[in-house]
Amino acid sequence: MAEPAQCARPTRVALFVTCLSDVFYPEAGEATVRVLRRLGVQVDFPPAQTCCGQPAFNAGFRAQARAVARHQLEVLAPYDCVVVPSGSCTAMFRVFYPELFAGDPEHEAQASALAERTYEFSEFLVRVLGVEDVGAVYEGKVAYHASCHLLRELGVDEPPHRLLQGVRGTQVMPMDLATQCCGFGGTFAVKYPDISDAMLKKKIESLKRAGADTLVSCDAGCLMHMAGRLHRQGDTIRVMHLAELLSQQGTVPAGVPPGGLPKENTNGASGN
Amino acid sequence: MHLGTEGFVDHAKHALQDAPLQEALHLLTTHFAPRRVEAMAALGNAEELRTQARAIKEHTIAHLDRYLEQFVAQLTRLGVQVHWADDAAEARAIITSIAEGVNAKVVVKGKSMTTEEIELNGHLEAEGYTVVETDLGEYIIQLAGEAPSHIIAPAIHKTRKQIAELLHDKLQTPYTEVIPEMTQIARRSLRQQFLRADVGITGVNFAIAETGSVVIVTNEGNGRLSSTMPKVHVAVMGMEKVIPRLADLSVMLKVLTNSATGQKISSYVTMMTGPRRSHDLDGPEALHVVILDNGRTSILRSANREALYCLRCGACLNVCPIYQNIGGHAYGWVYPGPIGAVLTPLLVGLEGASDLPRASTLCGACREACPVKINIPHMLLQLRQELVETKGGSHWSEKRLFSLWAWMMQRPRWYGWATKLAALAHVPLAREGWVGKLPPPFHGWTQSRDFKAPAAMSFRQRWQQTLQHESETVGEPRQ
Repeated sequence: MAEPAQCARPTRVALFVTCLSDVFYPEAGEATVRVLRRLGVQVDFPPAQTCCGQPAFNAGFRAQARAVARHQLEVLAPYDCVVVPSGSCTAMFRVFYPELFAGDPEHEAQASALAERTYEFSEFLVRVLGVEDVGAVYEGKVAYHASCHLLRELGVDEPPHRLLQGVRGTQVMPMDLATQCCGFGGTFAVKYPDISDAMLKKKIESLKRAGADTLVSCDAGCLMHMAGRLHRQGDTIRVMHLAELLSQQGTVPAGVPPGGLPKENTNGASGN
Repeated sequence: MHLGTEGFVDHAKHALQDAPLQEALHLLTTHFAPRRVEAMAALGNAEELRTQARAIKEHTIAHLDRYLEQFVAQLTRLGVQVHWADDAAEARAIITSIAEGVNAKVVVKGKSMTTEEIELNGHLEAEGYTVVETDLGEYIIQLAGEAPSHIIAPAIHKTRKQIAELLHDKLQTPYTEVIPEMTQIARRSLRQQFLRADVGITGVNFAIAETGSVVIVTNEGNGRLSSTMPKVHVAVMGMEKVIPRLADLSVMLKVLTNSATGQKISSYVTMMTGPRRSHDLDGPEALHVVILDNGRTSILRSANREALYCLRCGACLNVCPIYQNIGGHAYGWVYPGPIGAVLTPLLVGLEGASDLPRASTLCGACREACPVKINIPHMLLQLRQELVETKGGSHWSEKRLFSLWAWMMQRPRWYGWATKLAALAHVPLAREGWVGKLPPPFHGWTQSRDFKAPAAMSFRQRWQQTLQHESETVGEPRQ
């Protein structure tokens, strides 16, 4: 599992918003900015950024993926620290860019440097900033879907759970298939719809068993996939990116100290 | 060689609608997968063992020539007859001539995926031999005239009721759904065959270079009967099965049985070092070891060498959300599931098997379960790249599309326009932000899901208009 190394408690980061979030979940990007700012981190948005290149890479079109990746390398080069609200795109930077540019003298070092200073959003908050309570308030029963690349390419397991534990008013609902793939897989969902549907069906059944009213994840791809099914079923379960949940401020119930929780278990608990 | 890999999409569709299959596959999630997790956790040092097991395989495969030579030298010293088979046809010819040489009529078989790979049964039957599978699962599918659908549980696609009907129908025994009774029926039938058999054929789980031993790991004792009762035992192994030392076996056995069935050790671990000696009470008069290449040396030279580390434990199948839904037959060849999606194209070529590396979400559950940490998702990516580089491996329109996409993704201004255009294009399709029906080639998405329409204002527009001007720091850094 690749581990990042650099940028110790930075006060300024570049946001790589990801193309999916840019186009389909701009509110996730906005929430990421707001949460980071609330924690005292200045956020730059390099406007020339586009896509990490993963669609082409996953389809086997490495030359095309490399061309797109070179563009991001250039765009992100001036920044000391990059935060990405997606496990999948972070994995692309951290795991696959170095592979994509292995043996390319011009870009190899640049790719591994980017890999070392890129963080997924929840990972950045917990592991870099050391924050588990961002002062969020959200009244709801929340289930967490662990996206595959975040969990199994990056090995980021605890951070999202810790952040959820830190939200006032939130009851975390354990989901039996929390770590099972939702069947998105990028173009997989379009190319193999029957299998993808079957996987999604099981995921949604697990969500229903959990009794949650809100579904949270760290990847826009999984979110739009699961939300698409819920919408088709006419289900009212809310679907949101973890950053959106963490940006909710609501009204703090009386008697709760800032940063404190109504629950006894304030932090240190690793998920559910 | 018949390949059903071209029909993957249809097979999968059919499998998803096959109610008894879906019922049978349920066992993977309720039984197989959790048992492995519990067993590995109970080991206390599973991670360390997996690392060791991987290191053993890495080392052995990197020096495969040396260890095979050592293994063969030991076999020869022990009086074992060694045969090298370049491909399936050669392996079949070797085995047929062994059977011919002893005037065999009945051949019993222990469970072996390698003999499935070389399609041995059909060939021997065509030559007039009676071939009997003696592993219960293999016996069931042989009676049904089917192929295994799982590496270690070949009949997992069948429900208890289907098996009860099959036994009643094929063996003319009284109908029963009571498992011990069904097992007894099969056992009685199989015992007769063991007594008649002239040749016993088994696979090999491990081949120890240091001692020249072949090791088989079984639970029913049929492997031991197949290898000791007939006067001739033929052990068929892929050339990657060799491990250097006897001491390595303890590590490999632990990761194998815990990963495969969640057992600390299987009921039987049989180590055979040479044929029967004068003072031995039992054992075959002659032991033949057939070492099969059949594409393995080309894997050794490829970027996917890791595929040769596979122990055939089946753990990756049990945890794969795709295998869990479609079962093994959909994959169209001997090795199903995640490792099959890698092995099949490597052993028989990508042509006609292009769906196998593509039909994966790359979720990584297989890698997490693998006792030797084979990076299956990364190998699938490698194969996808090879497909793109192979003539006819991908549709020209896809290449055009990705080239256009790549051109645009290097031009932020064009990208910005395209996202605005995408948002506009969805306006007539969308209702309250959702699209119920997408046009081809994207219609697969809306088969059972709605599609989220692009936001009216993208993030970058929001950033430019408002977000960047909002106050930079709202609060103090928190601890």
